[in-house]
Amino acid sequence: MRRLTGFNVISLTLGFAFLYLPMIILITYSFNSSKLVTVWAGFSTKWYGELLQNEAFLDAAWVTVQVAVVSSTIATVLGTMAALVLVRAGRFPGRTLFSGMIYAPLVMPEVITGLSLLLLFIGIGLDRGIFTIILAHTTFSMCFVSVVVSSRLMTFDESLEEAALDLGCSSFQAFRLVTLPIIAPAVISGWLLAFTLSLDDLVIASFTAGPSSTTLPIKIWSSIRLGVSPEINALSTIMIAIVAVGVITASLITKRASLRQQADERAAVRA
Amino acid sequence: MSQTVFEPWNDPQAKPLIQFKNVTKRFGDFTAIDNQTFDIYEKEFFALLGPSGCGKTTMMRMLAGFEAPTEGTILLAGQDIAPIPPNKRAVNMMFQSYALFPHLSIWENIAFGLKRDGKSKDEIAARVAEMLKLTRLERFANRKPHQISGGQRQRVALARSLAKAPKLLLLDEPLGALDAKLRQDTQFELMDIQETTGTTFVIVTHDQEEAMTVASRVAVMDDGKIVQADTPARIYEMPNSVYVADFIGEVTIISGTARRGDGAYEVSFAEGQPTLFAESDTEFANGQECHLAIRPEKVSITAEKPSDRRNALEGSILDIAYLGNLSTYHVELAGGQIVKAQTANTRRLSRRDFTWEDRVWLSWTDTAGILLKG
Repeated sequence: MRRLTGFNVISLTLGFAFLYLPMIILITYSFNSSKLVTVWAGFSTKWYGELLQNEAFLDAAWVTVQVAVVSSTIATVLGTMAALVLVRAGRFPGRTLFSGMIYAPLVMPEVITGLSLLLLFIGIGLDRGIFTIILAHTTFSMCFVSVVVSSRLMTFDESLEEAALDLGCSSFQAFRLVTLPIIAPAVISGWLLAFTLSLDDLVIASFTAGPSSTTLPIKIWSSIRLGVSPEINALSTIMIAIVAVGVITASLITKRASLRQQADERAAVRA
Repeated sequence: MSQTVFEPWNDPQAKPLIQFKNVTKRFGDFTAIDNQTFDIYEKEFFALLGPSGCGKTTMMRMLAGFEAPTEGTILLAGQDIAPIPPNKRAVNMMFQSYALFPHLSIWENIAFGLKRDGKSKDEIAARVAEMLKLTRLERFANRKPHQISGGQRQRVALARSLAKAPKLLLLDEPLGALDAKLRQDTQFELMDIQETTGTTFVIVTHDQEEAMTVASRVAVMDDGKIVQADTPARIYEMPNSVYVADFIGEVTIISGTARRGDGAYEVSFAEGQPTLFAESDTEFANGQECHLAIRPEKVSITAEKPSDRRNALEGSILDIAYLGNLSTYHVELAGGQIVKAQTANTRRLSRRDFTWEDRVWLSWTDTAGILLKG
């Protein structure tokens, strides 16, 4: 029997409170009309208005979006290529080393990744700016894409690609027309993962950012040190909203796809 | 009206479509195909039959271009195909898993190869329509592969591989995923389609009944070698080895020594058992080891010793395998040798003549069995 007992209700409440109470407080205070963060003085949306006037925040947001889009796209291309080699190429000398090296950044402390990239950029005399952040984010998010895509490729029936070759495709056509469309969901979620990672990265970005290229997390972090302002609350609320909409959309798409598939299968049984 | 029998392999004038010349394929230390030379003729339905791991799939993958021979050459219509990649060969393959493209509709699946050839839209549409009609899939053109049944998927795979009108169609265990009843229907359908299109088919299978049903010639493979390649009837009635006799259908093998008699060889196989007689085209020396292979349906089972046959053995019924239309009796002789005998169940069950433990006589004619060296 499934029943909502008193114990279940309490665990549910505590669990959700633990997860969401901090965010609820943050969202509530973003609508506070008082400048004092901890004193409630009535509902207002004026901090959102002021946020739109704040050039520094808007610039940082624009930099962040640029970095996230470009780096996650490059990371997706490179990560998918690496996954193809790891899953398809079978055994070649140095395969174990190669796969180990691809996955190492997953467990590497961000401080170390950031520091070593900083040393590299200084060493080769690369001026720090938006370009170096993109490079750094590509480096660490590529391995996440590779993990997601290679787990999909493991279950990919290789005879599909052979069938494409057999029917007259070149290797590249077979990849473009058959493999890529089939693994597309994994590639897209890899891209989304890389995008999110880049969006909220603070540590690596602060090592590799230049004076002219502040990302949003860096901007928030440095403003906090001067005191929490309601504007930050408003900005964070917007970010929570964006993430929530993204997550809900993604899960709805997945849900609908699986429902449609079930309906199709039922139709096939009847046919 | 006289009809010429389709037997190009017996015609010295016939030009083979495919020629394997001393083909060897090794994977590391493992020899998958061991120095094989044989021909396949145009319009043949050629079956490669053998247990898993015998090299039949490797043979097929070399024809498709997914593997290259380590030694030797494969000719297709007189041309060495080694340098031609799979996408340029006039050979198409139907995969065991069907390998239908899940993101494309049935129509697009069948059109896939035609589009790669750069054919015009009208040509493609006409050809796809023709293929859909041939495989009775018109109703399903707009469905996706996961929206149709297993049997329909099998036909889509066939239509797709036939769409480009290949010189040679390779079928890798094409009916393996279908249930028994559907498989039988599909076998006949496959033969019809092969006849209609006039395409040369090479089928890989481990199911001997399937090979016997569909093929014009069956090549029985073992351990990287073709042991015998011949018509189904000759493979069954005149196997060239104990391996082939045993692999195809049911058989009893009685091992003994041969002695030349008048017209037939005399085979003595066990202490206290009568001598058997068998005619043979193969020469045996006196005292040479031999194996008498005899099919169960050629063995008569009677309560009394028959007077008109020289080959008669007495034993008791150990097992009865009731198959509905037939019953196979496993009869144990005094020395422990088991001989199988098969009878058609022309009477109802209640009137059956023999049951377990019954003493019975088994008999057959001098020409019923075949004498093999090994």
